[in-house]
Amino acid sequence: MAPALDIPALEVAHLTVSYGSTPALWDVDATFPSGAMSAIVGPNGSGKSTLIAAALGLVPSDSGRSTIFGRPAKEAMRRVAYVPQRESVDWDFPITVREVVEMGRYAEAGWLRRISRSDRAIVDGAIERVGMAPYSRRQIGQLSGGQRQRVFIARALAQEADLLVFDEPFAGVDARTEAALLSLLAQLRDREGRSVVMVHHDLQTVRSMVDWVLLLNVRAIACGPVASTMTPDNLRRVYGAADIGAPAAEGAAWVP
Amino acid sequence: MSDAMIIVLTAGLTATALALLGPFLVLRRVALMGDAVSHAVLPGIVAAFLVFQTRAPLVVILGAAAFALICVLAIEALRGTGLVASDAAIGLVFPALFALGVLGIHRYAANIHLDLDSTIYGEIAFAPFRTLDLGGVEVVRSVLIMGVVAAVNLGLITLLWKELKVTSFDPDFARSIRFSPTVVARLLLIAVAVTAVTAFESVGAILVVALLIVPAAAAYLMTDRLVAMVAIAVAIGWVSSVVGYAGAVEVDASIAGAMGLTAAVIFGIALLASPRHGLIARAVRRARTRRAVERALAEERGAQGAGA
Repeated sequence: MAPALDIPALEVAHLTVSYGSTPALWDVDATFPSGAMSAIVGPNGSGKSTLIAAALGLVPSDSGRSTIFGRPAKEAMRRVAYVPQRESVDWDFPITVREVVEMGRYAEAGWLRRISRSDRAIVDGAIERVGMAPYSRRQIGQLSGGQRQRVFIARALAQEADLLVFDEPFAGVDARTEAALLSLLAQLRDREGRSVVMVHHDLQTVRSMVDWVLLLNVRAIACGPVASTMTPDNLRRVYGAADIGAPAAEGAAWVP
Repeated sequence: MSDAMIIVLTAGLTATALALLGPFLVLRRVALMGDAVSHAVLPGIVAAFLVFQTRAPLVVILGAAAFALICVLAIEALRGTGLVASDAAIGLVFPALFALGVLGIHRYAANIHLDLDSTIYGEIAFAPFRTLDLGGVEVVRSVLIMGVVAAVNLGLITLLWKELKVTSFDPDFARSIRFSPTVVARLLLIAVAVTAVTAFESVGAILVVALLIVPAAAAYLMTDRLVAMVAIAVAIGWVSSVVGYAGAVEVDASIAGAMGLTAAVIFGIALLASPRHGLIARAVRRARTRRAVERALAEERGAQGAGA
């Protein structure tokens, strides 16, 4: 599909973030069109997760600004569903699948109030949509990696957000589940016009499934439609020549 | 009311107030918060004595509460820097405050009897003798105070239930939906500090430290639901109170000690016998798996033997 460029889903300008004295992001400009599936790609430590967190105003930035659907990020967070990296979650936490997905309705309910009956119906629908209904009373730690990720995608669906932001959504997920989840995300884009931005490490999937890509290595190397952006030259600039040459490297699979 | 009932009721209400908060401390891995507060209140007692020249209970409680709040908020702030882990943050803050208290006593109160046991730490056995006159009705102080604190804590976790759940489970996500983990953590810790100090005054230190964490840790092993964990923790608190009191009377021993030990025994039972997470259940599952694997391997070998 042709991504609409008029009002970007997410746009960052001159974004600079540093941890201590080392810059994690340096003067990054990037635009992610609305109604498209976009990926942020780069080597480990290139600032991918930091870019997402800073763009959503979750970590402080030293300079630059970020807009979501044309409005300052802080004012537009209601339209965003964010799925953080899963490493930080305590899998032994006494919580069921359903309770995790219900969290997608918390912002709508607001502080101190309980979620409503219509919220519950939305939660049911989201669980159904990712095929987790038979597991809704299971404790979250009893699920496989792919099932866990489906639960967090269901939570994002329950938020009914226009922009879904995923940090490494397919880490620890097998290829079949990844394909199923990606086609679910593609469905959200095609049928409902939602925008997706994800940090992703598999260049193969990015090429075949994603519309738009940002190549990031502390600085923004290139940002644009996948076909014209993922050139061998740009990838070499992101990953460095050594990585491209190595068989196991992320860039190796597709280089002609 | 009989003395026995007053003591059990005081312990049960104290256990309720503590067990409503304990599960969140266990899940957030700051279980030693109670120990920290029990030491950190010392400078508060010295400060109260310096300012007001008295050891009157209300003044002492206010001084202790002030330093309990300083302690929990300083620990949380230190954790928040990301430079110090939870356990280290606790280990850094309370010895500093305790040392400050020791220094204060040595410098300003060397001639009088000023320590934690004679000021803030109460003794549950004396609960029946400490009564208040409330408009002509005589009420037991500790029952009234701990009843109010338990009710306030119940209200707090009911109101903040989903906030506590989401910020404990997934703080990064909570931040993205504008549920500040920092604000929720502070409210929880303020409740812990106030509850601990009032409970110290009613039942003594060891019972508070035990009932804050042990029932919660036992309940954690017995369920996969947060609401059940809190309910089971409260129930364990009451069982510890009743059984501990009966045991203390039976062998003529310290009531607080017997209640604390009962809670520890219940934890031990949960550790061994909890249906899903207990050690016995785990050993049975492992043995069953091993047998199944051996059987499958034997069958496979048998099939290969027949084929060859």
